[in-house]
Amino acid sequence: MTDVYGPVSDWENDFDHAVPEYNERAHDIWAEFQASGCPVAHSDRYGGLWAPFTHELVHEIAYDTDHFTSQGVVVNTGRPLIEAPVGPAPPITSDPPFHNIARRLLLPPFSPKVIAAWEPEVRRLCRELLDRMGEITPGESVVDAAVQYAQSIPVNVIARMLGFPTEDEELFRGFVHDVLERINEPVEARLEFMQRLDDYLTEQIEEHRANPRDDLTSYLLGVEIEGQKLSIEHVRGSIVLLLVAGIDTTWSAIGSSIWHLGTHPDDLQRLVDDPEVMLFALEEFLRAYAPVTMARLVREDHDFHGCPMKANDWVLLPFPAANRDPAQFDRATEFVIDRQENRHGAFGLGIHRCLGSNLARLELKVAVEEFVARFPAFTVDGEVTWSVGQIRGPRRLPVRVDAIA
Amino acid sequence: MRVTVDSDKCQGHNRCFALAPELFDVDEYGTAVVIGDGTVAADLEDKARLAVANCPEFAIGIED
Ligand code: HEM
Ligand code: SF4
Repeated sequence: MTDVYGPVSDWENDFDHAVPEYNERAHDIWAEFQASGCPVAHSDRYGGLWAPFTHELVHEIAYDTDHFTSQGVVVNTGRPLIEAPVGPAPPITSDPPFHNIARRLLLPPFSPKVIAAWEPEVRRLCRELLDRMGEITPGESVVDAAVQYAQSIPVNVIARMLGFPTEDEELFRGFVHDVLERINEPVEARLEFMQRLDDYLTEQIEEHRANPRDDLTSYLLGVEIEGQKLSIEHVRGSIVLLLVAGIDTTWSAIGSSIWHLGTHPDDLQRLVDDPEVMLFALEEFLRAYAPVTMARLVREDHDFHGCPMKANDWVLLPFPAANRDPAQFDRATEFVIDRQENRHGAFGLGIHRCLGSNLARLELKVAVEEFVARFPAFTVDGEVTWSVGQIRGPRRLPVRVDAIA
Repeated sequence: MRVTVDSDKCQGHNRCFALAPELFDVDEYGTAVVIGDGTVAADLEDKARLAVANCPEFAIGIED
């Protein structure tokens, strides 16, 4: 892999969220920015990048679709080829007024009541993954909760929803890795792997056109905007979005939650003794370990609280940092398992609120419940590695199983 | 006590429905609506306050 930029020595003026150190030390880096007088980092990397770290500023940018466009939401060395208001992956890359049109098409299949019906399937999948871990000797066996468990859950669920072959699990993870983690490679490399993804999806779409069935791909091929079927680019873009938005995000949320429980025995015990606390614990996992930072592009040169932003600069939207801002949350850096007041923005704020949030919550809740039900005591034991880039979560998570139920 | 939802602010985070399904429902687009005229029975007042305290978009109001 060719990283065109190299390591960071100055977080304030040469910021880069795609160096491994960033996700490893994220909580400290955010706290340092929040405590300093200047909560906005800048960098000339990626053709210009800004990163504000307070809840107030993140909130302001998320709501300001006039100055900031969603045309590009993953910072990288290039710039999106398809312009607003549609963008390459509607609705996440769309701006008003088109955004709402594209979003409303996808809302019904992800509404709370439709998603709730997936619970038995998700539970079955989690149990199957736990069964597949084989013989476990309490106090000795070490399993990788990220690789053997968390990473397989969302990819299987979304492949089933889209009606794609679940055997291609590895391939999907590869695509998502390319899009989200290989962001500091030269533009040509990015175009090449985007093309591979497009080719795969075109094949799947054609297959669905020939054999329509009850899944999301057929649904997208059937819906209309003002009497017109969606263009193939729109269908493909929305599927890219569902794959990319649905997989690493949820994998990371599940992994971070298990990491927390494997390093905080009191919280694990509380969940074992009092499963009802999950109603609040779920939101606290999402607040304290929110996995998703989004981005925007600056529409035109403008002065943002003294920051001279230029057209086409990137702006990161670190919802995870906003969630740990002491100006917004009591005991912001602590994990309070039954936190009663929790207006976290893990799923974003404003018009792009995560469309998959009901599914993500279901997967996270069931995954943690099933893991804890099978292993009521476990401890992180060994080297943990973290993802790089805008999605933060453990990619290797060795845990020693101390008890089996 | 009565609860209200500002439908311009609601983005469908679904927190209110998860915490207080006795008081809120969600439509097929995930937007919240109050059940009935939003009147809160005395034993549900704590749940109503909980919903307010967890709506990320500050879309829920309480009137006494
Ligand atoms: C814990 C897991 C997840 C987290 C933390 C998360 C977070 C987010 C965030 C912060 C946004 C806002 C984007 C922005 O402001 O630009 C978003 C948008 C979106 N997410 Fe998720 N997401 C998760 C899982 C999922 C899943 C499972 C799916 C679907 C399969 C999904 C689909 C989407 C879509 C379609 C959008 C775009 C919505 C729009 O632009 O209107 N996400 N997500
Ligand atoms: S919690 Fe707020 S934003 Fe979410 S559905 Fe309820 S009213 Fe809407």
